[in-house]
Amino acid sequence: MSDSTRGRVVAVNGPLVTCEVDRGLDVLQNEVAYIMCNGVPLKSEVIRVRGRKIDLQVFESTIGMKVGDEADFSSELLSASLGPGMLGMIYDGLQNPLKKLENDQGFFLRRGQYLPALDQEKLWDFEPQIKQGAQVRAGHYLGQVTEGIFPHPIMTPLRLLGTWEVKEIKPKGQYTVNDVIAVLKSTDSSQTAQEVSVKMKQEWPVKMPMRKYEERLLPDTQLLTQCRLIDIFFPMAEGGTACIPGPFGAGKTVLQQIISRYAQTDIVIIVACGERAGEVVETIREFPELEDPKTGKSLMDRTVIICNTSSMPVAAREASIYTGVTLGEYYRQLGLKVLLLADSTSRWAQALRESSARMEEIPGEEAFPAYLESRIAAVYERAGLVKLFNDNTGSLTMIGTVSPAGGNFEEPVTQNTLKVVGAFHGLSRTRSDQRRYPAIDPLISWSLYLGQMRASLNTRHEKWVELVQEAHNLIFKGNEIHQMMLVVGEEGIGIDDLVLYHKSEIVDAVCLQQDSFDKVDQATSRERQISDFLLLMDMVHHPFKFESKEQAKNQITHLQNLFFQLKYCPFGAEDYQRYRSEIEAILEGKGVCN
Amino acid sequence: MIIEHSHIIRVQGDIIAVPATGISYGELATVKSRSGISLAQVIRLQGDEVFMQVFAGSRGVSTGDMVRFLGHPMQVAFGDALLGRIFNGSGEPIDKGPSLQSLPRMSIGGPSVNPVRRVIPRGFIETRVPMVDVFNPLVESQKLPIFAAAGEPYNELLARIGMRANADVVILGGIGLKYDEYLKFRIAFEEAGVLSRTIMFVHTASDPVVERLLVPDMALAVAEQFGIQGKRVLVLLTDMTAFADALKEIAISMDQVPSNLGYPGSLYSDLASRYEKAVDFDGAGSITILAVTSMPGDDVTHPVPDNTGYITEGQFYLRNGVIEPFGSLSRLKQLVIGKRTRSDHGYIMNSMIRLYARSREVEQKLAMGFDKTGEDEQYLKYGKLFYERFMDLKVDIGINDALDLGWKTLAECFQPSQVEIKQEFIDKFWPVPITEPVVCD
Repeated sequence: MSDSTRGRVVAVNGPLVTCEVDRGLDVLQNEVAYIMCNGVPLKSEVIRVRGRKIDLQVFESTIGMKVGDEADFSSELLSASLGPGMLGMIYDGLQNPLKKLENDQGFFLRRGQYLPALDQEKLWDFEPQIKQGAQVRAGHYLGQVTEGIFPHPIMTPLRLLGTWEVKEIKPKGQYTVNDVIAVLKSTDSSQTAQEVSVKMKQEWPVKMPMRKYEERLLPDTQLLTQCRLIDIFFPMAEGGTACIPGPFGAGKTVLQQIISRYAQTDIVIIVACGERAGEVVETIREFPELEDPKTGKSLMDRTVIICNTSSMPVAAREASIYTGVTLGEYYRQLGLKVLLLADSTSRWAQALRESSARMEEIPGEEAFPAYLESRIAAVYERAGLVKLFNDNTGSLTMIGTVSPAGGNFEEPVTQNTLKVVGAFHGLSRTRSDQRRYPAIDPLISWSLYLGQMRASLNTRHEKWVELVQEAHNLIFKGNEIHQMMLVVGEEGIGIDDLVLYHKSEIVDAVCLQQDSFDKVDQATSRERQISDFLLLMDMVHHPFKFESKEQAKNQITHLQNLFFQLKYCPFGAEDYQRYRSEIEAILEGKGVCN
Repeated sequence: MIIEHSHIIRVQGDIIAVPATGISYGELATVKSRSGISLAQVIRLQGDEVFMQVFAGSRGVSTGDMVRFLGHPMQVAFGDALLGRIFNGSGEPIDKGPSLQSLPRMSIGGPSVNPVRRVIPRGFIETRVPMVDVFNPLVESQKLPIFAAAGEPYNELLARIGMRANADVVILGGIGLKYDEYLKFRIAFEEAGVLSRTIMFVHTASDPVVERLLVPDMALAVAEQFGIQGKRVLVLLTDMTAFADALKEIAISMDQVPSNLGYPGSLYSDLASRYEKAVDFDGAGSITILAVTSMPGDDVTHPVPDNTGYITEGQFYLRNGVIEPFGSLSRLKQLVIGKRTRSDHGYIMNSMIRLYARSREVEQKLAMGFDKTGEDEQYLKYGKLFYERFMDLKVDIGINDALDLGWKTLAECFQPSQVEIKQEFIDKFWPVPITEPVVCD
């Protein structure tokens, strides 16, 4: 391969630029090229090769570009820089640190400015953990540095092939991410490169899945989000995938923010993909102030934000999800539990659609490209629970929101996503109009993990899964009765149905609905979920005997109010105990009813 | 360097192409034809062919016409001298005022703001429209559309807000505006004496369609400069559906594959890159956008209102001449309610809306022939007062007066126990009944 392939611009069509390279020069699909536009290098990616004509998508505005401008092909795929120093960072879709850009450029993002993703000067305290002469493979831990809340293992390059021997390892000391900390020697004489210098920083092409593990395991442990509706009814698994579609204004963003805050996981990666900047701003400004109850440190210390908002160039939006997933896979490689939240994958799919349209590809459904399905599947398949080479496990969980046009779930992005995810948390306009938040509709949502994690969920209670299914059925039944009442009125239904309906309303009000702006109610711990849900099911199982509908309504309203008050009391507090005893008394037939 | 060409090889829709080299993408050109001189913008380079959209339209363009490339992208003049001025869709003054040649010029459609330089919105913009101020307050740096079917008085509402809102600079971007509507805006602003803080970019319905595309960019580029100078800018855009329709027209002329109802696949990004100009700068001013999105067929799932809904921070529905109290939503309202406004704001807002919802239910119940109870009378009276005092667009009242009027209205119709408001606020704000006889000794 020639060390530098060069080309010249022959056509410009928005972010799609066509270059012509000289005959005989090699071009790599998805290779990065820089196009010089008025002296500024603009980053771009090869997306199609037709003879000597190379189509590139440019990650910046192409205003001012001319036919004849020079392009420099880097022969490197679009890559992320991985290493210590990513936690707490706010990156754009190409992993430029936005805070650093701010220092250099002020209010606006000027094009053609690319800064290293990792701090180049910071010194890390490196502790070697391997001896000279040891045999290593890709992803082997050589030592570690301490980064904020946890020890950050330093690995051999993940792109390494075969087995290597540690020829040299640096002693304990302070090093930057660019210092060589080890030298590896090939054990295989057929290898062309005989020695490899290892730095703390390494690169990984973002569109390639990182499969550097022993095996993938079936996700069987719950990922606690502290959102009751998810944790109890449609649970998430560590290493699982979920999709949250919903019409505008149904509360997707608030739900994701709450999950990013309270999910019990080591690392949270937030990819703001083509959404409002305002949404990210809240996270950026508030997370540093919030304390992570698990570590006692700021919530920002476990968070990485990748932010390509709707006004930023559309090609970089396509890259942003891949960048996020690659960072997630890297942390999984360190044996951590990672949660990736992507908001919204529809904007990512639209970016695919835009570049497909400009390349004049034959469109599929709703003008999305025919490869939409396989691209979506490929992204979600990068999530998973894995057993690493050192027998530790790591997981990457992915939750993507979808913004279906017109709120209609029949559209291609929602449908293709549903095929590949393990849980579906569908937000509905009906529930958000009724102010029943989170507006995850229990009548349409599902989670395959409820069955898959049966064994571990039943450690909550021996019949947990059955109880959950029973409660879920009650919601369906309650809805049927409600529909009937709309037609025949309350007079037209029997007292048993009326009681059943009110029971389902209580379950809805105190378990499904959760006030994300209330300090107590916004997050529910595992213990509290178990305790409150079992109490609720005692109520559901209680055979109320009422003489009249009037009496039934009064007593149930009273009970509902008690449950309601209970929900807003801190777990275990005096008030909590009082309301709880009052409810228990009623259910034992001793309570005072009015 | 100015390059001239005189051999147009293609005319398709409002797009023309000439063979030329050394031309930049996005560059501006003039096309001199028998119908006059028009600006044109390069929208595609293909080998040595340069494609341009002609702002005045391609009608009357001859293959022999002269195209002159200006060597820079679309620019707009900026300075305090813009205040009080009126421009057309190409940025030319149309108010017979002095020339603005001496002002510095800057490119439109600039880069986006670094998200880390944004702050969480916190400023309250008082519009003196109670349905906005009390129930869905406008927050500085918010972007809010008004969804309305044809025939609704959305421009009247926009003009009212433009006249009364407490912003430093108000910029109106008229896109496909009927000439009469433009005149109404101008007269309204003149009569209210606010012209000196207003800038108008007006593209009327009879102007060439391509010029529509420039209006939001020019209005927002000027707004951005005032914002950086520390001004609180309110941008009013009407009608963004006309803007989207122009995008559609250009996309189809360029043989782009349409995605939904003929709109280009980039519709979301195109709208978002404009709306995202709304910002509260860390350490400077702010830009707030209030835009009209007319809904063809009153259908909110139409691609334009649908995409807009995903981009903006809430929406107002204008139906039957009033702002609909239930569907309308300002997503940022909790950032200012009770923080920038009076402490009772949140309580009175919730209580009044809840009671109004009930009064509607009562109306429906009575319409179905049920008997009227004493309580129903209360709700009917309340519903009527609510409409007159709050919903009617003619009501012009500040936020604190509106809150007081809210308490007064509740007290005229209900007992304190009926309104579900915390006792401490009832004690503090419930008006003392004036109808009780005063005992003197």
